[in-house]
Amino acid sequence: MLRPGVSDVAGSGTAHLRGTDDVLLRVENLTVDFPAGRKRKVSAVNNISFDVMGGETLGLVGESGCGKSTTGKAIMQLPPPTRGQVRLGGIDLTSLRGEALRRTRPKLQMIFQDPISSLNPRRTVSQIVEEPLKIWNIGTADERRAKVVDVLTSVGIDPQAAAERKPHEFSGGQCQRISIARAVITEPSLIICDEPVSALDVSVQAQILNLLEDMKARYGLTLVFVAHDLAVVKNVSDRVAVMYLGKMCEIGDPAALYSAPAHPYTRALLSAIPLPDPSAPLDTAHHLGGELPSPIDPPSGCRFRTRCDRAQDLCAQVEPQMRHVSGEQFVACHFPLQDVAEVVVTV
Amino acid sequence: MSSNSVLDGAGSPSGTPGAATLLEVRDITTQFRTERGLVNAVNGVSFSLERGRTLGIVGESGSGKSVLSRSIMGLLPRSTTIRSGQVFFEGTEISGLNDSQYRKLWGDEMAMIFQDPMTALNPVMKIGNQITESLRFHLDMSKSDARDTAVALLKAVKIPEADKRFSSYPHEMSGGMRQRVVIAVALACGPKLLFADEPTTALDVTVQAQILDLLAEQQRERFMAMILVTHDLGVVAGRADEIAVMYAGRVVEQAPTDVLFREMKMPYTEALLAAIPKMDDPSHTRLSAIGGRPPDLVNPPRGCAFSPRCPYVQPRCHEEVPALTPSETTPSHSFACFYPVGSPETEAIRLDIAARRLMSTAPTPAQPSPPPFRPDDAPTGGV
Repeated sequence: MLRPGVSDVAGSGTAHLRGTDDVLLRVENLTVDFPAGRKRKVSAVNNISFDVMGGETLGLVGESGCGKSTTGKAIMQLPPPTRGQVRLGGIDLTSLRGEALRRTRPKLQMIFQDPISSLNPRRTVSQIVEEPLKIWNIGTADERRAKVVDVLTSVGIDPQAAAERKPHEFSGGQCQRISIARAVITEPSLIICDEPVSALDVSVQAQILNLLEDMKARYGLTLVFVAHDLAVVKNVSDRVAVMYLGKMCEIGDPAALYSAPAHPYTRALLSAIPLPDPSAPLDTAHHLGGELPSPIDPPSGCRFRTRCDRAQDLCAQVEPQMRHVSGEQFVACHFPLQDVAEVVVTV
Repeated sequence: MSSNSVLDGAGSPSGTPGAATLLEVRDITTQFRTERGLVNAVNGVSFSLERGRTLGIVGESGSGKSVLSRSIMGLLPRSTTIRSGQVFFEGTEISGLNDSQYRKLWGDEMAMIFQDPMTALNPVMKIGNQITESLRFHLDMSKSDARDTAVALLKAVKIPEADKRFSSYPHEMSGGMRQRVVIAVALACGPKLLFADEPTTALDVTVQAQILDLLAEQQRERFMAMILVTHDLGVVAGRADEIAVMYAGRVVEQAPTDVLFREMKMPYTEALLAAIPKMDDPSHTRLSAIGGRPPDLVNPPRGCAFSPRCPYVQPRCHEEVPALTPSETTPSHSFACFYPVGSPETEAIRLDIAARRLMSTAPTPAQPSPPPFRPDDAPTGGV
């Protein structure tokens, strides 16, 4: 939708993208539209860019409806994005169709939020974990069986006891381990984790987060970790991107972003986290008021301005571009909480 | 039953509850009949709650925390539930009431906010009518008075355009807005006791903060007692006056909030807190997971229910059930453990585990830095 003073292509900018060396995944100007009836459309993800280095974990955080899961699925081409590029190891996935796209699937896996419903209830654990190998015709039957035993062992499931049982006989945490085994068995280079621990209890959540770190080390994985829990995201991530209403607000290394957020929305998110420490003061001053605006008709300019205490006229007119704060930290805000470089255009 | 011995030491006061005490729960036990056998969901829980205070009940899935609050309110189906124990509300025993007697209490004297605001509301009824329903029933209000009160309530829970929203259906609202409506329904008749059963678990973190702020504000204004049931130690840390930690149907540790966090005694509480990723820790800090799984409540383990997962376990823990006993130094702090955190036995084990951990955490190639050694770390079981 065109608005006076706002060009449709003006996105959140690409100043935060890094050089092409070592970049495994590079997403540029990604937009995902869905039909919203009566010829309207909703831009669930609107013109965002980011990159992930090999071996790195990128955390995508934001509230429900911010587009973080849609971003993860768009990387998988489920469905292919409306606009923009998704380059995995130099290949633009958005340009591939049919068989060519299917050929890339073993390199690209996904772990879902609900571990129980993401496993076929009528198959045994060994069938579930072996299936990717069968589809790709990797190895002989014996080799496949050995590989299943190996992978199940590595995720902490006893293959002897578990192989012939069905998912309903396992707890949520164990099912998530089986999902992880299924995801790593094709030795993918990138795994999209879509809220992999939000359905689990804290004690089990800690087990799965530790396991993901172990798997990353063992199989040399690169992760895109989508979650709403900022503490979980900080624990697993090398880089964190904050999303709001389909846009990227801020991206940076977790230490800087959490201790000195530059975007008012990041600060609001951080202030809202309940800390397990009664002596920590409740930061009610920065708690967000109001409601998430409708993504069908988002606010002009900066999409956060309707709930932002720093908003001025400029915010309604011009969409903020990504600007450099310091180190790895970039922010898309006209009036950020930290000093920023005036204009940075690289790449 | 072995639970009797537990309760002798539970420190529950005898005689008629004092005037300030709103709710007194004595030795509540709740079992469910299932195909697999009897599920011991709640096993001998006692506590009391004063007006205007908040008790946080913390536990993982299956710890019995939600069953406990439903049991106190009399919400569980009678045909499959076996209940024992006593509940006193304002000095009157309510545990023996029948459904029509309970109905006079529900909404009027005590109300509950449920976890899922999507299913707690009637989808085919305008939200205004869901609020006026209890006003008309309990307070015998006229239609127009009830409507005015309902609009005032919607304003109190900060729903914009309350007048218009009165005629909305639940599906026209967001999750946070629906939870506000659920709170308005619960507050309508001015209950003295509010159960909030995971009121924010289905909501985003920013909405969670709004809803918890709102609950605290309403509680202050109405001098209402609240039982806040949650799995998140972070939620109760800032909001509850007192915390009871539940494991396998029992309260295993109970103390005023600041005391509990300052000197937790029960290894389970310690492990639960240690398992939470901390905002202050650097990225890739190895988490202290609790090994194993919560116990099967049909066949609970012998002795202490946490003993199969406890890093400090001793032979005695597998034989006897520790009673919930007040601490010698701080009587307001009770815990159910033979070898609490800080006792000589656990300290020796803790040092041993820490030493072994330090030796075994040689950095693996892909780990950027070895996990930092922190002496206050809870030891892990196997993952």
